[in-house]
Parts: sequence; C-alpha cells; structure tokens
Amino acid sequence: MAEESISNFVEFKNVSFYRDDRMIFDNLSLQIPKGKITAILGPSGTGKTTLLRLISGQLKPTSGDVFLDGVCINALSRNELFELRKRMSLLFQTGALFTDMSVFENVAFPLREHTKLPERMIRDLVLLKLESVGLRGVAQQMPSQLSGGMARRVALARSMVLDPELIMYDEPFTGQDPISMGVLLKLITAFNTDLAITSMLVSHDVNEAMSIAQQVFILAAGHVIGQGSPEQVRNHPDLRVRQFLFGEPDGPVAFHAPAIPFTEEILSHVE
Amino acid sequence: MLNRVQALGVWCLRQCGSVGRATLFLFNALSWGKGFRAPFKRFIAQVFALGVLSLPIVLVAGLFVGMVLALQGYHILVGYGSQEAIGQMVALSLLREFGPVVTALLFVGRAGSALTAEIALMKTTEQLSAMSIMGVDPLQRVMAPRLWAGVITLPLLALMFSVMGIYGGALVAVDVLDIYEGSYWANMQSSVSFYEDIMKGVMKTVVFALVVTWIAIFHGWDATPTSQGMSRATTATVVQGSLAVLALDFILTAVMVGGF
Repeated sequence: MAEESISNFVEFKNVSFYRDDRMIFDNLSLQIPKGKITAILGPSGTGKTTLLRLISGQLKPTSGDVFLDGVCINALSRNELFELRKRMSLLFQTGALFTDMSVFENVAFPLREHTKLPERMIRDLVLLKLESVGLRGVAQQMPSQLSGGMARRVALARSMVLDPELIMYDEPFTGQDPISMGVLLKLITAFNTDLAITSMLVSHDVNEAMSIAQQVFILAAGHVIGQGSPEQVRNHPDLRVRQFLFGEPDGPVAFHAPAIPFTEEILSHVE
Repeated sequence: MLNRVQALGVWCLRQCGSVGRATLFLFNALSWGKGFRAPFKRFIAQVFALGVLSLPIVLVAGLFVGMVLALQGYHILVGYGSQEAIGQMVALSLLREFGPVVTALLFVGRAGSALTAEIALMKTTEQLSAMSIMGVDPLQRVMAPRLWAGVITLPLLALMFSVMGIYGGALVAVDVLDIYEGSYWANMQSSVSFYEDIMKGVMKTVVFALVVTWIAIFHGWDATPTSQGMSRATTATVVQGSLAVLALDFILTAVMVGGF
C-alpha cells in the first residue's frame, strides 16, 4: 500500500467477540482508511455483519476496542452513542424501510428527527437525494410497492440524507438483478468520490466488491487472512484466500462439515 | 441429578436476566423524548390504534356481560325476594370486578397481541435497528407512545365497558324481567360510592394497563427474529398478560378491600 500514512477513520484494536461461547472474532485488528471504499469479504457466517454492528455500537466487543475517528465506541454511554450515530449510517441487507411511511417520509425521517429545518427545505433535500438515486418518481409510493432493488436505493437515499461521514453497506449486492447491481455499484462509487465519504462494504460477492474497492480485507474464522489492494489480494499466496476468491468447492475450507468418518456412521448400527 | 440442578440454575438465571432486561426496558420506554408536538401526535395515533379500535369488542362484551349478570342475579335475588336490588348488584360487580378484569383480558387479546406482533415484525425486518443506527432511540420513538397510550386507554375502555354493562343489565332487568325502572336506578345510585367503587376500579385498571402493555411491547422487543419466535412472543403476551391481570386483581383487591 502506497498511502500507508493516511488517517484511519475506523479502527479495530485486538477485538475479540464471543457469542454464547462461540468465537466470532479472535484478536482482530484492522483499519479502515478515511475517504476510501473498503471491502470486507469473507464466506457467509464469518461475522461480517457482526463487524458492522460493533462499529455502530449495537454490539460490544468481549475484549478490545473499536474506534471511530479516534472515539472509543464501546466506552460510550447510551446517549453519547446515539449522538455519535448521527455521523454514520448503515445500509441494511433488506433496506429496512419503515413500512408505515411513504418513500418520501422514509427519506425525510432522519431530517425530521435530527434537524429543525423548515418543511420546504426538508422537501427539497429529500427530492434531491431521491433524484440522486433516480427514484424521485416514486416519492409518494409505499415501500411495499417497490421492487427489492428500488427499496435498497431508497434506503441508500435515506442513509445519505444527513450526509454521514461513514457509510456501511451490508451485503448490498445480494439478490440484485444485473441492472440494479450496476446501478448500486455506480451509486456507491459516486457517493464515495463526490461526497468524500468513508465507505465500508461487507460482501461475499467477490467480483463486484473488488471492482470498486480500493482496499480489501478477507475474513475467515475470526481472523483477517488477507488484506491489501484488489490486485494484491488477487495474487495472494494464501490458499484460503485463493479458494474463497476463485470459488473452489474444496480446499482448506472443506466441502464436508466436520463429522465422524462416513463408514463409521453408516456402519454404526451393524454389530 | 447434577444435570437437573444445573438446568434449574440455568433456567433461574435466564428468568432473572429476562426480568432485569424487562425492567431496564420499562424505564427507558417511559421517557417521552424531547419536544411535545411530534411525540404527542404519535401518542394520539396509538390511542386510536389501541383504544378506538378496541371499542367495538369492549362495548359488545360489556353489553352481554351486563345482560348475563342481570339474568343470573335476578334468579338468585328473587329467592330472597330482593330482586329490586338487581341494579345495585349489576353496577357493583361491573365497576369493582368485571369492568377492570374482563376489559383487561380483552385488551390483552385484542391490542396486546397486536402490539407484540407489530413490534416483533419491526424487529425482524430490521426497522428497529435501522432507527437506532440513525441515532433515534426506538424505545422513545416506538415503545413510549404505545406504553402511554395503553396506560391511558385501558381505564377509559373499562369505564365504557361498565357503562355498557349497566345499560345491558337495565335492558334485561327492566324490559324483560319487569323490575321497576325506578328501583333499578335508584338502588344503584344510593349504593355506588364514587371513591370506594369507581375510583378503586379505575386504580386497578391503571395497574393492569401498565403491566399488560409492558408485557406486550417487551415480548415484541425481545422476540427472536424468526417466524417461530414471533408466534412464541405473541403467545407469551396473551398467556402472561392474562395471568398477570388475574393475579394482580386478587392482590390489588386484597390490598384495597382488606380482610386479611
């Protein structure tokens, strides 16, 4: 990495996280550089979403610290945490739009909650954000009337409306058709460059994520197993990284779930 | 044997944890939040959802309960020749017991289960998470208006239940069983005391309302975000809510009426 000196916006220092005795992260350290798109890749079930929830403070690490712009998140009180969250936003896998509000009201929600802007300005801001995701035309519809891809774009407009410093995308490409995939890729890059937002992207869609990310981390079994620019990661010597990136069915991550030997189990009822 | 003791311990700890979480939850959900107009609007919307929409079932139930009370009471009282006291009997049983308890039970089934399901679904679809990520406390935003609306509407519903019941009683006693209308109302008027009967009933319903709404929104909040978890949460609301009402009714009555 050439820009080793740039400041980090999010930092994990020796973070361990256990859920009911099950290890999710073990002594994990990673840095998310400011103003870039960072992709966190890894097989399903490696705690990628948990990682985002540690940053948003919805979960607290079992040990270690998580920092956002120098502030230790897990040491904050409930009120301080809610205050800090105004600086970040998270795009949920499902979009998580409020089903009892129209698209317009969904996007207006953070503005109404956190600002005292006059109604006319709220209207202008909401339309501006909806225009930027290409959905000004559906402002008066209800979330249930939207397709999955549109719902995600509305959610994107909603998470952008307060101009956060950090945006986290949780599996943004899952279940999208090629067109809305293309739209999302374009939007994520555009928001990152135009607004100088730090973007974090959690995904297992390797090719899409690598095509826009400037920095990649690969997680497996609670550790970072590979990191660097997309090219560096593609040429990574680690077999686990290669297996994941190129989707090989068998390798260090075995095809079979751990079990007693097959012959033993099959013959177990034979005396 | 040791395993069983261990399992008992685990179960106890889990119950204690649940009670602790529910208590913390209650204190956070009681806070109204900043500003007045926006929270008030949300509160009114919930008063409509919990109160106004529960009116039909409460009024119809009240009517029938009053009618049955008059009918049953008549056949008991007529044996002592004191059927003229029917108005007093109907009014007192409704205001002291049936109004508060039956309305609270209906409220658990009609509004409590709906609250649990609504909140559990909001949790399942990550709407509550989304809200808290946006720096908006879902306890203040979603829970507080529902809790306060429950506390305000249930006592009012219970009073309306009793009023309907008294009219239902009159319908049966006066129009069918030929009790003199004057004695039905006059007996009632002379024997019902505002503080002893009406206010004590209202006090009971305020407690029922708080506990029942608390149980309902907590189970929604604490639900496992799966379809099975949601069904378990709604069931838990109805079962625990109903039992809590009946148990609290006995305790509160014992405290207020005395006799121990």
